[in-house]
Amino acid sequence: MSFVVPKESFGGKVLAVDFGKEGSKLTIGGETTLPFLAFEGEVPNRPVVAYEIQDCAPEDWPETVQSIYKDVSGDPVSWAKYCQETLGAKAIALRLVSTHPDRGDRSAEAAAQTIKDVLAAINIPLIILGSNHIEKDATVLVAAAEAASGYNCIIGKAQEGNYKTIVAAALAHNHKLIAMSELDINLAKQLNILITQMGFDKEKLITDPMCSALGYGLEYTYSVMERIRLAGLAQNDPTMQPPIVGDVGMYVWKVKETVASGNDVPEWGELEERSISWETVTATSMMLSGSNLLIMRHPRAVENVEKTIDELM
Amino acid sequence: MALTGVQIFKLLPKTNCKKCGFPTCLAFAMKLAQGGIELSACPDVSDEAKSALGEASAPPIRSFALGTGATAAKMGGENVMFRHEKKFVNPSAIAVNIKDNDANLAATAEAVAGSEIDRVGQKLRIDAISIECASGDSATYEAAAKTVAEKAPGAAIILNCRDAAVIEAAAKAIADRKPLLYAATDETAEAMAAIAKANGLPLVASAKGLDALSALTEKIKGLGVEDIVLESGAESAKEIIEHNTQIRRAALKKSFKPLGYPIINSVIRDDSILETSIASVAIAKYSSIVVISSVEKWKNLVLFSQRQNLYTDPQVPMQVEQKIYEIGEPDKKAPLMITTNFSLTYFIVSGEIENSKVPSRLAVMDCEGLSVLTAWAAGKFTAAKIANFVNESGMADMVEVKELILPGQVAILSGALEDKLEGWKITIGPREANAIPTFLKGRE
Repeated sequence: MSFVVPKESFGGKVLAVDFGKEGSKLTIGGETTLPFLAFEGEVPNRPVVAYEIQDCAPEDWPETVQSIYKDVSGDPVSWAKYCQETLGAKAIALRLVSTHPDRGDRSAEAAAQTIKDVLAAINIPLIILGSNHIEKDATVLVAAAEAASGYNCIIGKAQEGNYKTIVAAALAHNHKLIAMSELDINLAKQLNILITQMGFDKEKLITDPMCSALGYGLEYTYSVMERIRLAGLAQNDPTMQPPIVGDVGMYVWKVKETVASGNDVPEWGELEERSISWETVTATSMMLSGSNLLIMRHPRAVENVEKTIDELM
Repeated sequence: MALTGVQIFKLLPKTNCKKCGFPTCLAFAMKLAQGGIELSACPDVSDEAKSALGEASAPPIRSFALGTGATAAKMGGENVMFRHEKKFVNPSAIAVNIKDNDANLAATAEAVAGSEIDRVGQKLRIDAISIECASGDSATYEAAAKTVAEKAPGAAIILNCRDAAVIEAAAKAIADRKPLLYAATDETAEAMAAIAKANGLPLVASAKGLDALSALTEKIKGLGVEDIVLESGAESAKEIIEHNTQIRRAALKKSFKPLGYPIINSVIRDDSILETSIASVAIAKYSSIVVISSVEKWKNLVLFSQRQNLYTDPQVPMQVEQKIYEIGEPDKKAPLMITTNFSLTYFIVSGEIENSKVPSRLAVMDCEGLSVLTAWAAGKFTAAKIANFVNESGMADMVEVKELILPGQVAILSGALEDKLEGWKITIGPREANAIPTFLKGRE
C-alpha cells in the first residue's frame, strides 16, 4: 500500500483583513485551509501579535508583567513608544480601561485625546479597545473611532448590547471592527449577521468568540474557534469567515498560576517562567485553533510566540 | 478494509449465546462494525474468524500502553480529528530525555518519579523517561537503564538508541518494564524487530517522510512486531502539524493501516519556554508521546494543564468540587454568592469576583456540571435544593449577616428560597458575570 497525502480542499476561505495606515499596514487571515496546513492550501499571512497597553497604570496586572512597564506605564504615549521602539511591537492594542465607571470613569472626550496622542507617537497599526462596559463603550468607542479617523484601526469590542452605535462609528470612519460574543458559535454567527445587516462589510470584521486562559476554560475557546473555522471553510458559511482575535493577555494575567509565587505554591515551580509560559501556551493554543490576531502582555511570551510562528509558517 | 456488520456476522458462531452482552450475534456484529467493541468480547469466536476479522475489526489507530502497571500511558485508539466531534481519548504521554552518561541521570529519574501533581481532581505526572545513548557503550547504557528503572519505578522507559548492538542488553535487562525501543530505521529494522519480538516490546519506526515511514512500518509488521510507534522526521512545528495531521487523516479517513499507529515527537529546543510552546503544538496536534528536555515544575504544570484541557470530553461538562470557595480573604462580613459547579461557570464567576477585589465567598453547588440556567431548567438548581445545600454546608456560621446572593438568571427563585430559608435575606445578583465587579463594589 503506498501512501497518498490526504489533502482536503475547502469551498470557503478566511477573509483577509488589513489594518493600519498605508505603508505600515498589516494583513491577517486569507488562508484557504485550517491553521498552518500549508501542504493543502494557502496560508498567506502570519498571525499578528499586538502588545496590549492601557490608558492608566496597570495596577491590577501581576508584578511579573507590571514591572516590565513600570517606567512607562504611567503615560500611554510613553508606553506605546516603548513597545514600538524598544520591544519591536508590530501592532499595539490600547485598552481604554480608565473609561470604565469603576476604574476612573474618564470621559469619551478624554479617551479620544489619548488616542490622538498615541496615534501621533507611533507608526505601527493600532487596535482600540473599550473597557468592556456595555453602555460606556457605546459612547467611548464612537469618540475613539472619530479621533482615529483615517488611521484604519481595529475598534472593539462590539457586543450584542451595544453594537449599533459602534458599528455606525466604525463604518463612518472606515475602521475594522471586533465583534465579540461569549463562547458560543451561534451567538458569534448571529452577531456577525446583525452587524452586516447594518451595511457593515463582512470583510472588515474580526470575530472574538471570547478567549479563556490555559486551565480556565481554554478547551471551550479552542473548540469554538475550531468550529468557526470549519464552518467558514468546509461549509463555506460567509458569516463565519472573518479572521479571529484571541485577547489572551487579559485572561491569562489574573489566574492564580500567573500570580502565586513559587514560595506560596512550591509544587508549581518558579513564577517568572510559569506565568510567561502560561501566556505563551495559551496564545499558541489559540493560534492552532484559528486565531489570526493575538493581544498579549509579556515581551518574553510575545517573543516565544513569534518564534513558534516562525516555526509554523 | 472495514467489513460491514453482515460480513462480520457471517464469521461469528451464530449461537446468540449473549455472552458478549448483546442479545444476538447480529447485534454484536453491527456494534463491531462501528468499532465500539473488541472482537475478544465473543468467547466462542473461531481462530479462523479471528484472523479474518482481526485486521478488519482493528481500530483505525492501534492502541497499546507505554510502560506497565497502573501508571502506564495508553496510546492510540483515537477516532476523531477534532475534539468537539467526540473526544480525544488517550492523553499524550510526556517523556523527558536524558543522556545515559549524564551525571544527573539518577536525579532526573527521581524528579520524574516525584512529578505527580493534583489538578482539578486528576493526578498528573511526567509519564516516561527517554534514555538517550550518548556513550555508545552497551554496558554504560544497560547500567543507565537499570538506574532509571530503579529510581523511577512508576515511569515508562524509552530506550533512545539506534544501535541494535548497544540497545539489546538494556532491553533485556528491563524487559519487564516494557521499554519502548526508539528507534528502528530501514537499515536496522531486522535487528531491532528481532529484539522487540524476543522481549515482547513496542518499537518506534523512524523514517524521513510519510512514504518511507509507511514502507518501514509494513516491513516491521512483516517481521512480527505489532506495537509500532511512528517517527516521521518532523522537526519544526510546521512539520509536526503537517505530518501528524496527514497521519491521523490517513488512518481515520482512508483506513490506511501502515500509519494507523501512535506518534512520537521530539520537541527539544535550547529555550525551555519555546520548548514548552512547541510541546503544546504536539499535544494539541495528535502526538502520543512528546519528548522534552527537562523536568521543571512550572513546565510540567503548563503542559499537564494544556493536555488536560484538550483531552477533556466535550460532552461531559468539567465539574468543580461542591464547596464554599474563599476568594481574597473574606471576613464574616464578606458577601456570599452562590452558583453551580459547571467548571466554566465557576471560572468566570470566580474570575470576576477576583477582578472586583472584594473578598467574597462563592458557594458552588453540585448540579452535575450544568450552568445556572440549564441546571434551573433541569430541576437541579431549585429553591428546595439550594435551601438544602445552604443548611447542610453550614454557610450560616461563616457569615455575620445571613444574606445569600443569587445569580440574576434565577431571580425567579428568590421568593421560594426566602420561604424555605428562615432568617436569610436573598439578594438578586447580576444576570451576567461581567457585571459582578460593579455589583460587589456598589455594595461596599
